[in-house]
Amino acid sequence: MTKMLVANLADIDIKGSRTYRHEQLEIAIFKLSDGQIRAVENRCPHKGGKLSEGMVCGTAIHCPLHDWKIDLKSGRVYEPDDGCVTSYETEVDESGSIFITI
Amino acid sequence: MADKKKLVMVGNGMAGVRALEHLLKLAPGRYDITIFGAEPHPNYNRIMLSSVLAGGTDLKDIVMNDWSWYEDNRIRLHAGHTVTRIDTDRRKVYSDQGAEADYDTLIMATGSRPFMLPLPGADKEGVIGFRDIADCEIMQETARTYKNAVVIGGGLLGLEAARGLLNLGMDVSVVHISPNLMNRQLDEPASRMLQAELEAQGMKFLLRKQSELIYGKKRVKGLRFTDGSEVEADLIVMAVGIKPNVSLAKSAGLAVNRGIVVNDYMETNVPDVYAVGECAEHRGIAYGLVAPLYDQGAVLAKRLAGVETSGYEGSMTSTKLKVSGVDVFSAGQYEETPGTRALRYQDELDGIYKKIVIQDDKLVGAVLFGDTSDGASLFSIMKKGESIKGKEKELLLGFAPGGGAASPASRLESMADDEIVCGCNGVSKGAIKDAIETKGCATVGEIKACNKATGSCGGCKPLVEGLLGLYAGERAGEAVKEGICGCTSLDRDEIVAGLKRLMPNTIKEAMLALEWKQPEGCTKCRPSLNYYMGMLWPERYKDEKESRFTNERYHANIQKDGTYSVVPRIYGGVTTPSELKKIAEVAEKYEVPLVKFTGGQRLDLFGVKKEDLPGMWEDLDMPSGHAYGKMLRTVKTCVGNTFCRFGTQDAIGMGIRLEKEFERMNAPAKVKFAVSGCPRNCAEATIKDYGIVAIDGGWELHVGGNGGVHVRATDLLCVVKTEDEVVEWGGAFLQYYRENATWGERTSVWVERVGLEAIKAVLDDPEERKALHGRIKTSLSYINDPWKEIIQDKELRKNFEALAVPAPLN
Ligand code: SRM
Ligand SMILES: Cc1cc2nc3c(=O)[nH]c(=O)nc-3n(C[C@H](O)[C@H](O)[C@H](O)COP(=O)(O)OP(=O)(O)OC[C@H]3O[C@@H](n4cnc5c(N)ncnc54)[C@H](O)[C@@H]3O)c2cc1C
Ligand code: SF4
Ligand code: FES
Repeated sequence: MTKMLVANLADIDIKGSRTYRHEQLEIAIFKLSDGQIRAVENRCPHKGGKLSEGMVCGTAIHCPLHDWKIDLKSGRVYEPDDGCVTSYETEVDESGSIFITI
Repeated sequence: MADKKKLVMVGNGMAGVRALEHLLKLAPGRYDITIFGAEPHPNYNRIMLSSVLAGGTDLKDIVMNDWSWYEDNRIRLHAGHTVTRIDTDRRKVYSDQGAEADYDTLIMATGSRPFMLPLPGADKEGVIGFRDIADCEIMQETARTYKNAVVIGGGLLGLEAARGLLNLGMDVSVVHISPNLMNRQLDEPASRMLQAELEAQGMKFLLRKQSELIYGKKRVKGLRFTDGSEVEADLIVMAVGIKPNVSLAKSAGLAVNRGIVVNDYMETNVPDVYAVGECAEHRGIAYGLVAPLYDQGAVLAKRLAGVETSGYEGSMTSTKLKVSGVDVFSAGQYEETPGTRALRYQDELDGIYKKIVIQDDKLVGAVLFGDTSDGASLFSIMKKGESIKGKEKELLLGFAPGGGAASPASRLESMADDEIVCGCNGVSKGAIKDAIETKGCATVGEIKACNKATGSCGGCKPLVEGLLGLYAGERAGEAVKEGICGCTSLDRDEIVAGLKRLMPNTIKEAMLALEWKQPEGCTKCRPSLNYYMGMLWPERYKDEKESRFTNERYHANIQKDGTYSVVPRIYGGVTTPSELKKIAEVAEKYEVPLVKFTGGQRLDLFGVKKEDLPGMWEDLDMPSGHAYGKMLRTVKTCVGNTFCRFGTQDAIGMGIRLEKEFERMNAPAKVKFAVSGCPRNCAEATIKDYGIVAIDGGWELHVGGNGGVHVRATDLLCVVKTEDEVVEWGGAFLQYYRENATWGERTSVWVERVGLEAIKAVLDDPEERKALHGRIKTSLSYINDPWKEIIQDKELRKNFEALAVPAPLN
């Protein structure tokens, strides 16, 4: 398990996302409308769409390629589609630093 | 279980299964049930085959009892099994697939088959009836490769088949032996009006024709008539009548006339053998419509359940033609005979014809054409057989002479509770009211599940909706109609009206004010709200990029691997050597994998990494071509009189001017223009949203074209003289579209929906036109080139870059 400082709250727009690479892995970090941070692997379980480019609606992300809807906390794909993406533990400290544990 | 009686039914169709449904309710578990059905399908709604053929309904949508229904009710179904023998002594049936079953009680529900004229050649490939799913599939299949269809029979079924084949793109002729269509339901004037209407829809008629033989080799090629004339045909559908399926019954020793003879309790001459549906003949009549068959089924079910019932006494029938755009209703005795009097109303302007036939002060028949809203009420009065003395004119005209026209709602309100609303299923107004008021139904679907109203031909749906409006009050409003997506029950017009009233500043406020069910909406409603608010308040509304699709957020087209494509604007498709060099240099610098000319006359740089986008835009120093987004895309032009020997006007100049006027325009859907220099139309202007075709001394303005999934040629809006007029009319048309269309609706669909005439009526008024053009100019003045904005704004630009690789903490 590795815990990393990846960004500051100010680096990500509300309902927006940023990405970063950790070795072979690309991770997408999202900021929900209430300021909470979520992180998932940046690969849609459908056909590998980059989830970072999708639209954030509540606590879910819609994939930009074919509109699959995925819960950002559990990584689960909503019905009627099916699948799962890896999600990661996130932490934000008082200064607004965002940490992710992989 | 041993004491359970064994019930076997032959035939898995509408009448038989309905009787069993009834029986299962009255006496659940009393019988051990087995059904044999020759068709490989569960029970489906045969009536809807017409709608399937006409398009809009899918085969899978017409199943009435799906496989699980049989399982849930522990019914053994032998689908695809034709019963070939019944042994009434041993009480056993045998199927062609080798299955057999013992019975204590047997129901014959074999329906009927199309009557095939015994013409020479009737056995050729391509000669069919119209009865089941298989026939429907043959027609759909044939329409894909062949062109000419001939329907023999100008009755209800024939016309519905013909309409369906027209919709499938075939050239259709209807052959009829009598001079009048639907001559068994309509009198001559109504029949004439029907013919005119169907001819306008593209149907051809060969009346007073008697068929002689079908020619062709293996497959049909045509039909010859007794008068020596011929018609070419790749497909012949015979719809001249039906014949009850009785051969099996006959061989089993049941008494058979036209149908299997039954008494008022659906009993045949053999003990414990019953018949129901089209195969049965009751008091000399074998019916061919579901309403009477369902009545029979109800009596049979009660009998089998041991519930006391009065016998079936026969039914009066009414018919409706289920062909789009033609409303025809007929019931009872529609021709005047000695002893009857008729009242007639004929309006050839609106295409309405009504006739009621009266005998001894009682209503005995009715024919309605064009406006059939009174059909159910008239039919109900006929069935009751009460005196209508003094009310005749009111019945004919739908309102008392001298008084105002009754509103549909007040008519529904005054309808008696025992009046039948759903003729097919015999559901009265009272039953529907009860379903709404005491059983809590709030949608047509729920009412259907509760008492089957609207479940068969669907013709009564408007009435049921009206009753919902009347008795469900607020509940109905919410559930009956569908919102633009699952997050709201509001439709487009309600949303726009709500926004105008409540004036929210942000999408979040709008969703709160309009009581969204999902607090943050979805990818459908968020972009649409963003569009509507931007359209309504261009000056003050701040566009929310997070509520736009990927492409409109990053101002490029996302590709399957997450890279993007870049299309700079090239006005009117005209470029210069130095511009081309610049594009080439940028492509080399950023190692662009693919450079391609688009179908829209410009260059596309494919496979660009997201982080390279702003830099490329900077180096290109050209505006965005908006090859993405619901906005103006390209303006294609032909060379026009600049070089072409046929050119009548400066098509290039006109195209460039239009592109500069309207670039960056947001719209409900993407919008494409083209300008051609003469009617040879090399820029393909007549499949564009706004297409201009130059003519000598002027410009033709075309609108509503589409070259995409559903190709649609434009409608001609008008012809103007000057370039300024081209711009003003275009601006007015586009703004009217922006203000009135539903988000996602292209001009082609919108023009079709509202009608060109309605649009013309608005744009023809010079003041209105100027005002609309003024409003679109205002809107456009607030939008800047997105590429420039992003290049200059660090906050926006950061979103294109990946985060710097962080160091692990431990
Ligand atoms: C690049 C281009 C193909 C090409 O290589 O030539 C193209 C590419 C795409 N078209 Fe197109 N269309 C292109 C010209 C057309 C044309 C021809 C034209 O404009 O003259 C049409 C038919 C004309 C019309 O629209 O009336 C066309 C009809 C469509 C449609 C069907 C639209 C419809 O209403 O039926 C879609 C799907 C949609 O919009 O939902 C579509 C969607 C797409 C998308 C954006 C698919 C998507 O959503 O990702 C494609 C992006 C590919 C990519 O990875 O960048 N494209 N597309 C053309 C760009 C033209 C330009 O310079 O801007
Ligand atoms: C295109 C079309 C449109 C119609 N439109 C209307 C309308 O608008 N309104 C209206 O009221 N009616 C309409 N009808 C008529 C209506 O569909 C019939 O009246 C109704 O389906 C008859 O029901 P049934 O159960 O008697 O026969 P069917 O529904 O035909 O069922 C009989 C079943 O028994 C099977 N069968 C026959 N012999 C055997 C055997 N030996 N072994 C096993 N199975 C056997 C058949 O394959 C068939 O599936 C329409 C019919 C068609 C074809
Ligand atoms: S036709 Fe258009 S949408 Fe389809 S693959 Fe080609 S570019 Fe893509
Ligand atoms: S790749 Fe994500 S929905 Fe298809």
